[in-house]
Amino acid sequence: MNAEQISGEYNFAYLDEQTKRMIRRALLKGLAIPGYQVPFASREMPMPYGWGTGGVQISAAILVPEDRFKVIDQGADDTTNAVSIRRFFEKVAQVETTEKTAEATVIQTRHRIPERDLHEGQVLVYQVPIPEPLRFLEPSEVETRKMHALEEYGLMHVKLYEDIARHGEIATSYAYPVKVEGRYVMDPSPIPKFDNPKLEMAGIQLFGAGREQRIYAIPPHTQVVSLDFEDYPFQRMKAPKCCDLCGAGESYLDEVITDDAGGRMYVCSDTDFCRERREAGHVGALGVAEDAA
Amino acid sequence: MKDMTDIGTGPLLRVEGLAKYYGARVGCEGVSFDLYPGEVMGIVGESGSGKTTLLNCLAGHLAPDAGQVLFDRAGQLVDTVTMSEPERRMLSRTDWAFVHQHAHEGLRMNVSAGGNVGERLMGLGARHYGKIREQAVDWLGRVEIAEDRVDDRPTAFSGGMRQRLQIARNLVTGPRLVFMDEPTGGLDVSVQARLLDLLRGLVREMGLSAIIVTHDLAVVRLLADRLMVMKSGQVVETGLTDQVLDDPQHEYTQLLVSSVLQV
Repeated sequence: MNAEQISGEYNFAYLDEQTKRMIRRALLKGLAIPGYQVPFASREMPMPYGWGTGGVQISAAILVPEDRFKVIDQGADDTTNAVSIRRFFEKVAQVETTEKTAEATVIQTRHRIPERDLHEGQVLVYQVPIPEPLRFLEPSEVETRKMHALEEYGLMHVKLYEDIARHGEIATSYAYPVKVEGRYVMDPSPIPKFDNPKLEMAGIQLFGAGREQRIYAIPPHTQVVSLDFEDYPFQRMKAPKCCDLCGAGESYLDEVITDDAGGRMYVCSDTDFCRERREAGHVGALGVAEDAA
Repeated sequence: MKDMTDIGTGPLLRVEGLAKYYGARVGCEGVSFDLYPGEVMGIVGESGSGKTTLLNCLAGHLAPDAGQVLFDRAGQLVDTVTMSEPERRMLSRTDWAFVHQHAHEGLRMNVSAGGNVGERLMGLGARHYGKIREQAVDWLGRVEIAEDRVDDRPTAFSGGMRQRLQIARNLVTGPRLVFMDEPTGGLDVSVQARLLDLLRGLVREMGLSAIIVTHDLAVVRLLADRLMVMKSGQVVETGLTDQVLDDPQHEYTQLLVSSVLQV
């Protein structure tokens, strides 16, 4: 424990070493049992619940001074949540930060998985509001834990059944439930279901829910299956458009209202992916060529 | 009537010396009986006589303090009290069904009627939406709920419809034993009559065994083959329904029978 680095008045990465140790133990347990929600003693963080206190605690527990840290919120590096968390770690851990997905070693995210495939050695940290996928069907935590323990997951399909009965298709478009390694049903946090297939990746995925005091994880190359019905198979979903800035046809898009006369444009929600494409010379319908900008 | 040739000769359920105490008070005590396939048994008694405690012990909702509840599985009687919890929960999703007095306890009120009926099927691994829905509609029909109500939530249903929906939800997986706790409680008489008629039809048609707890003698007169009368946690009289009701031996049974208003 002597290796701790002091930065100003804070211990390295804000949390004290005992707390980090406790969180790391929860993370190891989570990695050993993919998809299982491990309770942990969540700490008060200098930001409100709902702003990613779970993700921040995980990042604080795993960061080392050599790390390069990236934060995205809805795919973007420049939104309030991302900017403030990035600044927080610049201040309390003095780690290098980056906006480039490829160069980051730890990426904290809210609501998106980066478009670029992560490689081995990278860690993706999710901020999770509600870790329990069965919450809205079975309000009792005692009962849902029992259901996880006994693998009684019929109820999850009741939710999908209700979707089809009411909307004619599985209308759940985010926080789409998945089964991890054929065992635990897991809420992948509110990522769009477009991102679900990317949950099988080479990087390590860690999920932190601060208010709910739960940590869970998916180790690299773990099987992650989105739940569905035989006659209503899982389908990815995105706006049927191309990015207006970089012209990408296969990335997840945000719809941006540009005026009060119905004007709108679609742009990649992953800002780093969009920037890289524009730098490589791709131009969308409303985009401006990189050299002219 | 059920074809009697395919039924084994052994009992479906055997209860031996079952007892449940609440501290020093007796919930129920020294209850023993056999229930054979296709048989419907009624448990009657006044409030506080231990009927519901007994039923909850039988169905695994309460852990009894003494005794055995043996259930027939593939010709072998297995003690459900000592079996592991996953096994018991599996049993209660497949071979057993439980109809609550208040339908909202046995239904998911924020899930459509079709979803309610389909839950047990999905719990057993059904993953084909079309087939699940087909079965749900079929069962709603059997309990006289119109097909166009399949996507309505039980909150939009009347008390009688909710109770019928609860029955459909329970019977969809073809259980062998149904526990019913005051299935007609809180319903008005004409709705009661219709529900009883329906229940009688289903029980006979599916060859179900059932244990019905009620304080309504008319219900057991219509549904039950055999009757058990309880008082203060003890079984005071057992016998064929008509025999017990027409020629009650125990003084409490005599009181019970004579308390019924003759219209």
